Amino acid sequence: MTEMVYGTVPVQSGDPVLPRWWRTIDKWTMSCILLLFGIGLLLGLASSPPLAAKNGLEPFHYVTRQAIFGGMAMTVMCIVSMMSPTLVRRLAVLGFLCAFVALAFLPVFGTDFGKGATRWYSLGFASVQPSEFLKPGFVVMAAWLLAASQQLGGPPGKVYSFVLTMVIVLMLAMQPDFGQAALILFAWGVMYFVAGAPMLLLIVLAGFVIFGGAVAYANSEHFARRIDGFLSPDLDPNTQLGYATNAIREGGFFGVGVGEGQVKWSLPDAHTDFIIAVAAEEYGLICVLVIIALYAVIVVRSLLRLMKERDVFIRLAGTGLVCIFGVQAMINMGVAVRLLPAKGMTLPFVSYGGSSLIAGGIAVGMLLAFTRNRPQGAMEDILLRRANR
Amino acid sequence: MSRAPLRPLARILKARERGENPDAIEAENRARRHEAMADKQRQRAEGRLLVLGLAFFCAFGLIGMRMSALASSVPEEPRASAVGNPIIGQRSDIVDRNGRILATNLQTHSLYAHPRDMIDPAHAAKELAAIFPELDEAELLKDFEGDRRFLWIRRQISPEQMQAVHDIGSPGLLFGPREMRLYPNGPIAAHILGGASYGREGVASAEVIGVAGVERKFDGFLRDPANEGAPLQLSLDLTVQAAAEQVLAGGMSIMNAKGAASVLMDIHTGEIISMVSLPDFDPNNRPRVQATGDQSDSPLFNRAVQGVYELGSVFKIFTVAQAMELALVNPNTMIDTQGPLTWGRFRIRDFHDYGPELSTTDVIVESSNIGTARIAMQIGAERQRAFLDSLGFLEATPLEMVEAPTGKPLLPRNWSEISTMTISYGHGLSSSPVHLAAGYASLLNGGTRVEPTLLRRETVEQGPRVVSEAVSARSRSMLRQVVTRGTASFGEVPGYEVGGKTGTADKPRAAGGGYYDDKVISTFASVFPANDPQYVLIVTLDEPSENSGDEPRRTAGWTAVPIAAEMIRRTAPLLGLRPQVDTPQQVGVTLTSN
Repeated sequence: MTEMVYGTVPVQSGDPVLPRWWRTIDKWTMSCILLLFGIGLLLGLASSPPLAAKNGLEPFHYVTRQAIFGGMAMTVMCIVSMMSPTLVRRLAVLGFLCAFVALAFLPVFGTDFGKGATRWYSLGFASVQPSEFLKPGFVVMAAWLLAASQQLGGPPGKVYSFVLTMVIVLMLAMQPDFGQAALILFAWGVMYFVAGAPMLLLIVLAGFVIFGGAVAYANSEHFARRIDGFLSPDLDPNTQLGYATNAIREGGFFGVGVGEGQVKWSLPDAHTDFIIAVAAEEYGLICVLVIIALYAVIVVRSLLRLMKERDVFIRLAGTGLVCIFGVQAMINMGVAVRLLPAKGMTLPFVSYGGSSLIAGGIAVGMLLAFTRNRPQGAMEDILLRRANR
Repeated sequence: MSRAPLRPLARILKARERGENPDAIEAENRARRHEAMADKQRQRAEGRLLVLGLAFFCAFGLIGMRMSALASSVPEEPRASAVGNPIIGQRSDIVDRNGRILATNLQTHSLYAHPRDMIDPAHAAKELAAIFPELDEAELLKDFEGDRRFLWIRRQISPEQMQAVHDIGSPGLLFGPREMRLYPNGPIAAHILGGASYGREGVASAEVIGVAGVERKFDGFLRDPANEGAPLQLSLDLTVQAAAEQVLAGGMSIMNAKGAASVLMDIHTGEIISMVSLPDFDPNNRPRVQATGDQSDSPLFNRAVQGVYELGSVFKIFTVAQAMELALVNPNTMIDTQGPLTWGRFRIRDFHDYGPELSTTDVIVESSNIGTARIAMQIGAERQRAFLDSLGFLEATPLEMVEAPTGKPLLPRNWSEISTMTISYGHGLSSSPVHLAAGYASLLNGGTRVEPTLLRRETVEQGPRVVSEAVSARSRSMLRQVVTRGTASFGEVPGYEVGGKTGTADKPRAAGGGYYDDKVISTFASVFPANDPQYVLIVTLDEPSENSGDEPRRTAGWTAVPIAAEMIRRTAPLLGLRPQVDTPQQVGVTLTSN
């Protein structure tokens, strides 16, 4: 019997989009992200006026921009998180190809804004950093390849993804942008780890890293000085790290008070790389612990949800996305407290920066899409499906 | 990838037997197998994800703990520390042979500004201009209100100025500790010490580097922390140096000279006890190098080391000594002094006509150019050159100053016979007063070569022999006679047996060749005491003119000699030389009692 009859309603495959989204989304993670973004805006109010004053702009210029970009990022995040994993995969792979091409053409069309590394495309009103957009796309692409290799008779995806990683790492290292290169490498490593890297290989790799570090320490004076500076217990208070450490100490448990902080006047990167120091000084340890807890909740909770995931691709892609996110936050804060050697890295959703905000929105949107509740073949899922039928 | 045959083949074989298509069964088998594999991988992934989650949890926990530890510690006042690449400020002292300070360091402060921290820039600029008259209030204000974050105001300030600036009370005016090189004796030994200035500068300290003289030559030693502040000891004697400078300055003004130099050297070791070059300067406030004009007239120019002059008749003793060493003459050999001596288109004349012949001793005593030239002809160019080389006249002195290599002697391009004759009486070869001092010391100390040095030498091994002891003694006796009955009669200093030779050389014209008629370099090269030689003293005046008589007198006997005599009179007691006084016959004292 045909259904092409006047007045019939189209067949709906399940619930309407929004209610289903709301029912299946990981609300805790999403709330944490929204909270982080809110804290970022709050800290922007504290940290960016000195920069605005220096550039002759009205005091809250950067906060306004951050709010606009943040609104866009949140919207993008919600839209992406509503998509099905298959659609996410398709769009992400397309996006990855675009970003890859953009990255490849950076040496030709990019600008370095006088900072010595060609990382940006200038669009006039804003600048775009392709490597930020490349990261989520790369994770999906690599996860797809790794997942494909686990199919019976599938392609050798591990080798393909490794080659792809190396090409991108090389391109990033040539800019040079070792931070992003390390992140890409790390993301692939984590995904490969979860995809079932042989234990022996991991041990050999760890040994290789230790050996390489020792060789670099013995042979490169630059590298050795940085490590020595990191290891030495006393710190020159006139360096960025010195100011940051002192700011954290000044702040104590409850902070020196809103707008009373001094470190933002001394640090050129107070609104990006050292925003945690501003937070610690003005709002105290309480605020910092809240921020750390938010990141920890997002990362650990997402990982726990992915543990239950049956689909290999979703598991790997989600792992890659959440680990990049977590490690970026970890490095940023680790540097500020001198647990890690100095390396510029933004704090996701908190630091100022349009590119990183929107790219972060996309990445977290994907993560939320991947961690949505979906049938995992458990008994209750099957019963639920029967009940719905 | 090789495809392993699916194991449960039984069903497929049965299906084939039944003539059914086995594909569906094969697909089902494959799906089952795939599912089993996925389950296994999932279990493994579950474990690894748990590990990852734990790792992240621990990392975030660690950061949180570290944050708590930092937040609960007490903040430190920011303080300059020497992490990384510190500037080493400590510079060793320079002392004289008796340990008296020639150069040391003084703790001062530099003044710099952080305009952003200023509350009232206009007031600060006004007050600063009042404290430092050389600063311009309007310019300061412009700097303070501009967008500079940091500017130096003064590199070093005195304690009074520091207090005054402190009293302005502006938080944007800051002081940094700064070591300053201090020469407590002012211009004394200025040319030898040279001077110092700042190298790399920081707020916390600045590097002091030598710019000239021994400060530059021994920069590495003076800045080497391994010395642990051990001073650099020079051969100079501060009191002798001061006396020599005073005497030379006085003499220079009496003799209307435009410059003067003196070198006092230990005849056995070559240590330079005092070395003066006038005009001089204050190394605490070293003048800038002149951009134009003759550098050799600059106060920075060290006439004793860098200045090479035709020194004139003082060279005659080298010619005569060599001839005696070669046994060509003895002090009583009669030399033909009939003038003028014509050689090609050159004519050699004497100051006076000394008649047909003079003894060798009198050639020196009367200073006969013709006689000396005739002796030189017997020696010949080769041997003369070799002899002067053995005395060090052909190369720059090895003195421990950066300027020493620039005092390179000027030699004739072609050491011809006429050059041999003119060089025999000190023309046609230019050398510095230090060269001359070393030459005299080598010749007169018993005949062994000495190298001039500015460093204290406790012991010295004998250098290669230049002339025999006998020739050395005979030379000293001739020089002594120059003072007792010759051209240097003003050089007599009772008790010190001065011997010496005068030299008055016309100055070469600056341009166009030939010599000036009225500009001379007058030199007195002396040794004392002549019977037991201890020191060599060279005094050189540039363009002297003694105007007490009817017409100006410029010969060394009237100009350089009296100054040298005064210098010996002043410095010999300081050097610890006892005057050799002929004790008169002891008059018998008769105790009388009436």
